[in-house]
Amino acid sequence: MKVRVLLFAEAKSVVGESALSLTLPENASVEQLRQELSRKLPQLIPLLSRSAIAVNQRIADDRTALCDEDEIAWVPPVSGG
Amino acid sequence: MNQSKGFCDSPARSAHSQILLMIEITTAAIETEKLLKAVSDPACGASVLFLGTTRRVTDGRVTNCLSYECYEPMARSVLTELEQEARRRWPIQGCAIVHRIGVVEISEASVAVVVSTPHRADAFAAGQWLIDEIKVRVPIWKKEIGPDGHEEWQHPLESGGTKSPVVSP
Repeated sequence: MKVRVLLFAEAKSVVGESALSLTLPENASVEQLRQELSRKLPQLIPLLSRSAIAVNQRIADDRTALCDEDEIAWVPPVSGG
Repeated sequence: MNQSKGFCDSPARSAHSQILLMIEITTAAIETEKLLKAVSDPACGASVLFLGTTRRVTDGRVTNCLSYECYEPMARSVLTELEQEARRRWPIQGCAIVHRIGVVEISEASVAVVVSTPHRADAFAAGQWLIDEIKVRVPIWKKEIGPDGHEEWQHPLESGGTKSPVVSP
């Protein structure tokens, strides 16, 4: 399945786009998504390891299964305020 | 993402009380008088206003300005959850949270938290809790821009990103 991952802050700056399209197995988990992101963007592995993945605007754990309708976002450590 | 937004619909007052909730994410300068007026309530003896402002020097680095970015739909829902959680913990009558996105110049406010309660101890405690939680849970990021144009996103090691938003049904 194809999923789109929203990017923010350092991840967005490095990729140069505000979203990234990935192909994942059907019902892939957040962990599989992380593996695919690591493979595509090895330079961002340190940031990814400290980041959360949000699914439909909620922080998701690594076992969460994804579907192609989900709104997926890479949420780096936040620094608002 | 950078468009200016007015107050989230009209300020929401629940049917059975005068509780006021207000969340705003905006590129415009924060108007503190408007916020204080919005939370004022005859039942309240205290309103506490916290402003987070852009500092010139952080850990020896000189900053020219900050630029903020936001995952807006999630930021709104997390801010709403934080307000609701604060309301469960303290007798809050009025609460407003405003966060700026885009460029914020030195000494300008990037965030405002305003809480009104019958007595001051609760207003201080709720305001402190809200700003502490905002800083680690809401998907907003700041980029420091130095005098030489050097830009650096801030992704603190010890907080944020992996913290789940408060969830209590």
